Amino acid sequence: MERSAVSVTELNNHIKDLLDADFFLSGVMVRGEISNYKLYPSGHHYFTLKDAESSLRCVMFKGNASKLRFTPESGMSVTAVGRVSVYPRDGAYQLYCTELLPLGMGDLHVAFEQLKEKLSKEGLFAPEHKKPLPKFPQTIAVITSSAGAAVRDIIRVLGKRWPMTKVVLLPVRVQGAEAPAEIAGALRYANRYKVGDLIITGRGGGSIEDLWAFNDERVARAIYESEIPVISAVGHEPDVTIADYVADLRAATPSNAAELAVPDVSEIRDGLDACRIRCSQAMGKRLSIAQSRVSDLASRRVMQDPVAYIDQKRQLLDSAANALQTRYERGVDTKKQQFVRLAASLDALSPIKVLSRGYALTTDSGGKAVCSVKDVARGDSISVTLADGRLSCTVDGLCEGSVL
Amino acid sequence: MANKKLSFEQSLERLSEIVKLLERGEAPLNESLKLFDEGTALIAACQQMLDDAEQKVIKLRKGDGGEPEELPFEEE
Repeated sequence: MERSAVSVTELNNHIKDLLDADFFLSGVMVRGEISNYKLYPSGHHYFTLKDAESSLRCVMFKGNASKLRFTPESGMSVTAVGRVSVYPRDGAYQLYCTELLPLGMGDLHVAFEQLKEKLSKEGLFAPEHKKPLPKFPQTIAVITSSAGAAVRDIIRVLGKRWPMTKVVLLPVRVQGAEAPAEIAGALRYANRYKVGDLIITGRGGGSIEDLWAFNDERVARAIYESEIPVISAVGHEPDVTIADYVADLRAATPSNAAELAVPDVSEIRDGLDACRIRCSQAMGKRLSIAQSRVSDLASRRVMQDPVAYIDQKRQLLDSAANALQTRYERGVDTKKQQFVRLAASLDALSPIKVLSRGYALTTDSGGKAVCSVKDVARGDSISVTLADGRLSCTVDGLCEGSVL
Repeated sequence: MANKKLSFEQSLERLSEIVKLLERGEAPLNESLKLFDEGTALIAACQQMLDDAEQKVIKLRKGDGGEPEELPFEEE
């Protein structure tokens, strides 16, 4: 019997028909680890699922892949849902994956961690990018739903704490597919038209799905790019969203955001009172210092009894004049006594006095005093002065030697 | 004297400056008295601002040209 050969295509199509007819293979869930994960420019995802012993080729087409809430990565444990069929061109069977779920954690959780890591690496959470908040905001732009507790809480707390701040609501949807684009759009709009000097964006608590808009990359980037400081206020205390990481300040709840945004009017009033007291005390002190300076000066004697002061000075002047007079007189006396003494000495030394005691002054013809016998020769004319006149003499003889 | 144009924040800043100057006590007496008067006027102005404050809440709508239009806010 001669067997007729089939073409490769016919064989592959036959096998494909067999597999496609299998009920189990038409909708299977399979567990494994992703490897060789590739995203093609076409938008289709190709990967291999494997466990310790086997591997399975998988493809996920663009339409299904676009619904993924996380980015599949090699090494990730997942559950893949789809149908098994043949790819006739390669003669290979593969899983046509329609859904991919991370194992262990929910897909949103994985998506959250992935976006968090990505934005963190890009520096969107960097503390140095955080802007300081105005102390006394003039206008706060509130980006949230116009319905619901969040907006009411924010307006109530702002009104109670600091009614001077104007509140401008930019109503947006805060959940559902449109929410991220609306929130991001409102953030940009508020910046473009400088609607306020502070933005609060958020919503009340809910499930992770309800809060999901605040884990959206578009919202995160709009917050990051905002030139107006942003306070995020999403859900309740334990819920932390990507928006919280990017925001300049994270509030635990919408009410808390309002508390953080503005000062408390009663604290400011207390501060004003304290200022008034400090001003008064400082002024009082300043005045009493001036006062005591004045009374100190006023109590000086010159101010108390100016005549006595002048009298005292006059007395001083008198005694000074007295002293001067005394000194002058004493000086004159001293000089007089000195003069008498000197006159007496002079008198004692006077040659007249000596002559009167019998001594004589001998001078030669030239009028020079003759002090030695050697000064004259026999026959010289000399003059001898006595106390009451003069003798003209001639030297008769010389006799050397002391006469006494 | 207090300048009416000062914002609340500017008033507070000036006020704390005045308190510091007064407490330092170095200014001449007439200067100190001027500072005291200015401080007292600023405190009164700030308190007046707080007394007069009434919260304004509006809702913004994107106008036809894209510019914001203010609408009264009513709770929904």
